[in-house]
Amino acid sequence: MNATGHAMLLPVLLPMVAAAVLVVMPDGLRRVKAGVHLAAMLANLAVAIFLVVVVAGGTHGTTVVYLPGNWPVPFGIVLALDRLTALMLLLAASVGIGSLLFALARWHRASVHFHPLLQLQLMGLNGAFLTADLFNLFVFFEVLLAASYGLLLHGGGSLRVRAGLHYIAVNLVASLLFLAGAALLYGVTGTLTMADIAQKLPHVPASDRGLLHAAAALLAVAFLAKAAIWPLNFWLPSAYAAASAPSAAMFAILTKVGVYAILRLWTLWFPTTAGDSALFGHAVLVGAGLATMAFGSIGMLRSQQLARLAGYSVITSSGTLIAAAGFDNPSLTAGALFYMASSTLAAATLFLLVEVVERQRQIEVEGPGIDDVAGRLPAFGEAPPRLDANLDDEQIPLVGRAIPGALAFLGVAFLACTVVVAGLPPLSGFVGKLAMLSALAAPGPMSGNATSAWLMFGLLLASGLLSTVALSRAFIVHFWATQDRASLRLRVIEGLPIVLLLGCCIALSFAGERALRYTSEAAAGLHLPQGYVDAVMSARPHAPGAAR
Amino acid sequence: MEAIISIAIGVLVAAGVWLVLRPRTYQVLVGLSLLSYAINLFIFSVGSLSIDKEPIVRSGVAADLVNYTDPMPQALALTAIVIGFATTALFLVVLLALRGLTDSDHVDGEEEDS
Repeated sequence: MNATGHAMLLPVLLPMVAAAVLVVMPDGLRRVKAGVHLAAMLANLAVAIFLVVVVAGGTHGTTVVYLPGNWPVPFGIVLALDRLTALMLLLAASVGIGSLLFALARWHRASVHFHPLLQLQLMGLNGAFLTADLFNLFVFFEVLLAASYGLLLHGGGSLRVRAGLHYIAVNLVASLLFLAGAALLYGVTGTLTMADIAQKLPHVPASDRGLLHAAAALLAVAFLAKAAIWPLNFWLPSAYAAASAPSAAMFAILTKVGVYAILRLWTLWFPTTAGDSALFGHAVLVGAGLATMAFGSIGMLRSQQLARLAGYSVITSSGTLIAAAGFDNPSLTAGALFYMASSTLAAATLFLLVEVVERQRQIEVEGPGIDDVAGRLPAFGEAPPRLDANLDDEQIPLVGRAIPGALAFLGVAFLACTVVVAGLPPLSGFVGKLAMLSALAAPGPMSGNATSAWLMFGLLLASGLLSTVALSRAFIVHFWATQDRASLRLRVIEGLPIVLLLGCCIALSFAGERALRYTSEAAAGLHLPQGYVDAVMSARPHAPGAAR
Repeated sequence: MEAIISIAIGVLVAAGVWLVLRPRTYQVLVGLSLLSYAINLFIFSVGSLSIDKEPIVRSGVAADLVNYTDPMPQALALTAIVIGFATTALFLVVLLALRGLTDSDHVDGEEEDS
């Protein structure tokens, strides 16, 4: 085992140790705590970038396997790293940094345990992406969910507790379904290592096929509920709207865990080569995904609250991803993975922006003793009106009226977010959507009939249009129609994560070709799962005393 | 024995589902607990139901499912019990918080108009 193997353990170990350190630190050391947390987040990002570089440099379909307990493969826990996993790790690390920076402005003071919870959330996410064992996946799901319950309730208030109660109840039931599915699958195949299950699936006798399919369906329901697929997504808009901004930004990647699990397990277990079970349930994935796209777009259009609008945009993007996965077409999946990266970053940014924009309306308990002057973006003073100026409806000169710097910044950021979420050129959302549209229009092998492909084509365009309408309307309401608003407060530390996350989207669009090449290699690896299976099953434990 | 276990799981699930769909938070909590008992029994039973067989290998007896019961589902059930217990406790705390904040034990925090 080389450095890469040991580095694969870091995305789980690092947040765990950081959380342990942060939880015992006394609350008085707030600055030290924030510094330690920031250092842990940056280290995590560095590890994620390193892992992406490692898999991107490898040959086609590389999967790096690590045996944490040094047990032989079907018996011990296995960690596997391929391009999709590395991409998800990088996404989680980026969103985590954005969420933390934003929280440092004031939210981290709202309760004692924000820092450890955020690290535990990251640990659960990273573990869920890395593990190659079904029951281990369940454990990491529980870790990330337990942390997310805490983050959702962060800040308190009856609104959050009420939304949290629904969220917890739904997720507990989903977890029970996950357990039932995993147990059934173990009963049928006698193993819990994902790759081993994939190997044994084609040999399951016909009398057990029904049980096998029931197990897969139970697991799928659990994952689809987590991915917020219609009709299992009623909890999402109110929960995400109730959460504090940094938590909501972090939650932007939570639904993607469900999408990741579906992508990973469905492509691994039910490829076209899986005999009698080939492409089991693809029509359900496509249908539910398309329904979710429509549901999310209409929800965006009808939301009056910005936070709910952002929640519905998360639903739309998960619907798009699940529908794209169901077609079992590598080039469509490649576009979808690119779209996932851009839409996750954009949704996280949107949740942060929502908080800043709606701050005046919020009846929140302000964090204690915030210094409002230090670190604020400079606001320009009102220039004296000129006599020959243009006048607006209220006879106030239009020319020469300065836009406060903070407002201008937020407006530009919001517009950039609109462009990414709706998939308009020139930013990254467009690249992802274009890749998906061209894959859908291209003649080629498509599981699922041509009608659903064209339906998805139309829905992709329509959801872009509806998102544009909904977000532009919100822009008009919040940036144009309010002239006599109190001066907007924005601190640099709140602007920074917004700039960074949007910067990632812009970088993604500039590096579109390289990123798309990466995602198409990831998709190729997903749709030819034999490489993954071989890599996991051929991993051998180290002999004791052998040189590492 | 299979029939008894199946009926027990079925009754637990039926009661659990009914309670989870009730409007009072405490009923939901009890429902979730019943569901998790049912799931734990279910996990336990997917190995092999057998009487007087132990999961730990003894010396001199061949290690196969004729002589032993499958230890894996028992380990899984143990993990599931621990996690289920913790999340139920957490749900109980949120339930009490909601009760304190809204003076209502309805899951929506307010009574329906009847």
